[in-house]
Amino acid sequence: MEPLMAVAIGILFAAAIYMMLRRSIVKLVIGLMLLSNAANLLIFSTAGMVRGAPPLVAQGLTAPEGVVADPLPQALVLTAIVIAFGVLSFAVVLVRRAWEIVRADDLDRMKDTDT
Amino acid sequence: MQLAVLGGFVVAGMAPLLHHWFGARTPLVMALLPAALALWLLGQWPTIAAGEVLLLEWAWVPGLEITLTFLIDGLAWLFALLITVIGALVLVYSGDYLRGHRDLPRFLVVITAFMMSMLGLVLADNLVTLFVFWELTSITSYLLIGFNHTDLSARKAALQGLIVTVGGGLALIAGFVMLAVAGDSWSLAELTTRGEALRAHALYPPLLICVLVGAFTKSAQFPFHFWLPNAMAAPTPVSAYLHSATMVKAGVYLLARLHPALGGTEVWVVTLSLVGALTMATGAFLAIRHTNIKKLLAYSTVMALGTLTMLLGIGTDGALVAFVVFLLAHSLYKGALFLVAGILDHETGTKDVTAMGGLRHTMPLTAAVALVAGLSLAGLPPLLGFLGKELMFESVLEVDAYRPLILLLAFVAAFLTLAVAAIVALRPFFGASRQTPKVPHEPPWGLLAGPALLATLSLLAGLVPGMLDDLVVATMAAIGAGEASVHLALWHGVNLPLALSLASLLLGGLVFRHWDRLRGRLARLEPIIARGPEAGYEALMRGLVRVAEWQTGMLQNGYIRNYLVMTLLVLLGLVGHALFFRHSLDFALSLDLYFHEAVAAGLMVAGAVAACVMRSRLAAVAALGIMGFSIALTFVLFSAPDLAITQLLVETLTVILLVLVLFRLPRFATLSTPQERLRDLVVATLVGGMVTLLMLSVLGGERLPRISDYMVANSQPLGHGHNIVNVILVDFRALDTLGEMFVLALAAIGVYAMLRFHAGEYDARRPAAPPERDDG
Repeated sequence: MEPLMAVAIGILFAAAIYMMLRRSIVKLVIGLMLLSNAANLLIFSTAGMVRGAPPLVAQGLTAPEGVVADPLPQALVLTAIVIAFGVLSFAVVLVRRAWEIVRADDLDRMKDTDT
Repeated sequence: MQLAVLGGFVVAGMAPLLHHWFGARTPLVMALLPAALALWLLGQWPTIAAGEVLLLEWAWVPGLEITLTFLIDGLAWLFALLITVIGALVLVYSGDYLRGHRDLPRFLVVITAFMMSMLGLVLADNLVTLFVFWELTSITSYLLIGFNHTDLSARKAALQGLIVTVGGGLALIAGFVMLAVAGDSWSLAELTTRGEALRAHALYPPLLICVLVGAFTKSAQFPFHFWLPNAMAAPTPVSAYLHSATMVKAGVYLLARLHPALGGTEVWVVTLSLVGALTMATGAFLAIRHTNIKKLLAYSTVMALGTLTMLLGIGTDGALVAFVVFLLAHSLYKGALFLVAGILDHETGTKDVTAMGGLRHTMPLTAAVALVAGLSLAGLPPLLGFLGKELMFESVLEVDAYRPLILLLAFVAAFLTLAVAAIVALRPFFGASRQTPKVPHEPPWGLLAGPALLATLSLLAGLVPGMLDDLVVATMAAIGAGEASVHLALWHGVNLPLALSLASLLLGGLVFRHWDRLRGRLARLEPIIARGPEAGYEALMRGLVRVAEWQTGMLQNGYIRNYLVMTLLVLLGLVGHALFFRHSLDFALSLDLYFHEAVAAGLMVAGAVAACVMRSRLAAVAALGIMGFSIALTFVLFSAPDLAITQLLVETLTVILLVLVLFRLPRFATLSTPQERLRDLVVATLVGGMVTLLMLSVLGGERLPRISDYMVANSQPLGHGHNIVNVILVDFRALDTLGEMFVLALAAIGVYAMLRFHAGEYDARRPAAPPERDDG
C-alpha cells in the first residue's frame, strides 16, 4: 500500500502547491487545506501502514499482544489535524475580512500595506 | 589576574557611577586599576627574567577546551606592561584633556573596556579566548574612533576601521580553527612547541594565509593600511593608546606569538619581510604629504608596524632583538608624541603643524618632551629609537631573499621618518611665532606627566641600554629564539648601519628643509594615491550596497508566489541533490494491495485534483470534502481509529465553515495567463514528484528502532490508559498538547475578533478614511 500512497501523496502535494501559486486568494486557502492533509498523510504513511492492529491495550493486559501500528506518528498527526483546522478557520476568516475591506480577490493587488 | 581583567570590565561599566561620585577626578581614580596591574606585573619580573612562564589556569568551557588560562612569558609581560603603564598615563591625561566634556564617563567606559580587552588579548593562552578579546578590541576601538558620533567623518572612519579589522577577524578565526586542527590543541603554550609538525601539516598554507590576513588588517599592513590614519577622528588619548601600545600592535603581537609555531618557512619569511618593508616605505611616504600632526604620526605608525612585521619575517636572532627594542622604543616615543600632539591641539586649537611656530617660548616643557621623543622617532643617539634603528639596519643586511629591495625600502622609510620626526618635533616649537586660534600656554601637569615620563624612559633606556638585556632575552625566548645572550649597547662602532643612519640623517634633513616645496610637488601625485587600496575599499562598499539593493528588490518583491517558488526551488535543489547523488534511487517495492484500499486512495486523489480544476466554489468544497473523507477512510483501514474520528469531525466542520464563509467571498476568477499556469504546474509537479521519490526512498531504507516502543510498553503500567495514542497526547507529550490548546485558543480569539467587528464598524471608526477604491 505504501508505494501507492507515495504516489497519491505526491499528487496531493502537487495539487496543493499549484493552488497556492494562484493569484486568487480563495484558491490559496484551498491550497493550504490540501497541503496540510498531504503532510499529515506523509507522516502517517511513512511510519509504515499496518492493517487491523490499532495501538490499543486490551483490558487486563499491560501491553498489546503482537505488533501494533506505531502510535507516535498517529499522535503527531492527530495534533496536526486539529492545528490545521485552527489555521484554516483563521485563514478563512482573515480572507473574508480582507475581501470585505480591500475588495480585491487578487493577491497581486494586496501586496501594498497601505491599500 | 583573570579576576582583575574581568573586574576591569565591571569597573568600566561603573564609570558613570564613579563619575557621579568623584566628578572630574574620576580618570585619576580609574587609572589606579591599570597602575595596580602594572605594579603586579613588575612584581612578577624576577620570575619572568628567570625565563619561567607563568600559567594561570582557569577553566571556562571545559567541554570545548576553551579556557581563560593566562600565559605570562616575556612577550606577554612586555605587552601587558606597556598596556597598563600607557593605559594609566592615558587615563590621567584624558582627565585634563577632556575636562568638562559631557561625554567623559562614556569615554572612560569604553577606554577601560578597551584596555582590558587588550590585556586579555596579550595574556590569553587559548585561541578562542584570544579571539574573543581580539574582537572586543575591534568593537571598543570602533566606539572610541566614533567617539564624536555627531561627526559624519568620525562615524565613517569608525565603520571603516571596524569593517577592515573585523573582516580580518573572520579570516583569523578560520585560521585559528585550522591551527587548532593541525596542532591538535587550542592552547598557545602547546602549539608553540609543535612548530615542526605544524609547518609540515597539509593545512599550513591556508591557515597561514588566514592568520596573516587577520594580523595584517589589525596591524594596518599594506594594503590594509588606510583605515589607521582615518581613525584619527578619535580624541587624542585614544589615538595614543590605539597606536603606541595596543590595538594596532595586536596583529604584530599575534605574529610574534605564533612565530615559534608558524615562522621560519620560506613563505613566512618572504611574505612578512616584503609586506613589512612595503608598509614601512608606504607609511613613511604617505606621512610627509600631510600637515595634520595626528596624520603625520599615524602614517609614521604604519611605518613602524611595517618595520616590526618585517623584522619578524626576517626572524634571525639579531632581527628578533631588533624587534623587541624597536617595539619598546616605538611604544615609548609614539605614545609621548601623540600625547604632545594632543597638548598642541588642546592649547593652540589647531592640528596643522604649518600653522604653529615658536611655541618653545610659551611651552618650554612641552617642547623639551617633544624634542626628546622626536629624536627617538628620528632614530638619533642617544635615544632608544637610535638603537632600534641600528639593529633594524643590521638585520636587514642579514636578509637572504630580496635583500637590495628590502634594504632600499627600509632606507627610504628611515630618512622619510627622520623628516617626519623633524616636522613634528621642530616645526611647531621653533621658527617664528604664529597666531593660533587659541593663545597657547604650558598645559596642566596631568597632560604633561604622561609624555614626559615616556620621553624620559626613551632617553634613559637609550643611555643605559644594558638594563634591557634581560627583558630582551626573556621576550625573545617567547618569540622562539634560541638561548641567546644579548648585550645592547648604544655604540656599535663604525659599520654599515651607522653609515646608513648618517645618510638617512642627511637626506631626511634635506627633505625637512624643502618640505613645503616637496609637498606642493607631491600634491600632483594625489590622483594616483587616491586610486590606492582605500578606493578599492570604497568601491567594495558601494558594490555591497548595490548587490544588497538588487537582491532585496529581486527576492523581497512582495509577491507571495515568488517567495513560494523561490523557496520550493531551493528545496527541490537541495533535497533533489541529496536524493540523487547521496542516495542511489533503488526501491525495494512490494505492492500488496486490496481493492478497497486502492479505491480509497483513488477517491482521495480524485478529490484533490477536482478541487483544483472545478470552476464552481461549491464543487471545489465538495471535492475537498470527498478527499477529507477518503483520508478518514484510509485512517480506519490502517489501524488509526483516533485519527479517523478526528479527521471526520474536522472535515465536517471544515465543510460547514467553508460553505458558510465562502459564499461571502468572490467567485473564482482566472487571473493568470496560460504560461504562468504552465510554469506553476511544472513547479508543482516537480515538488510532488520529489515528495513521492523521497517517501519511496524512505520506505526502501533501513528502519531505525521505533522510539515509540517505550510508549507502547509503558502506556498501561505508567499512564494507566489502554489507548496508547491518547496516553501519548495527555501524558507522555502533554506539554505539546498544552501548546496545541494555546494555538487553538489564539486562533479562536482571532476568528471571533474578526467576525465580531464588521467592515461597517471598521469604517465607522475611521470617518476620515479615503473613499474606497473602485476595484471593478
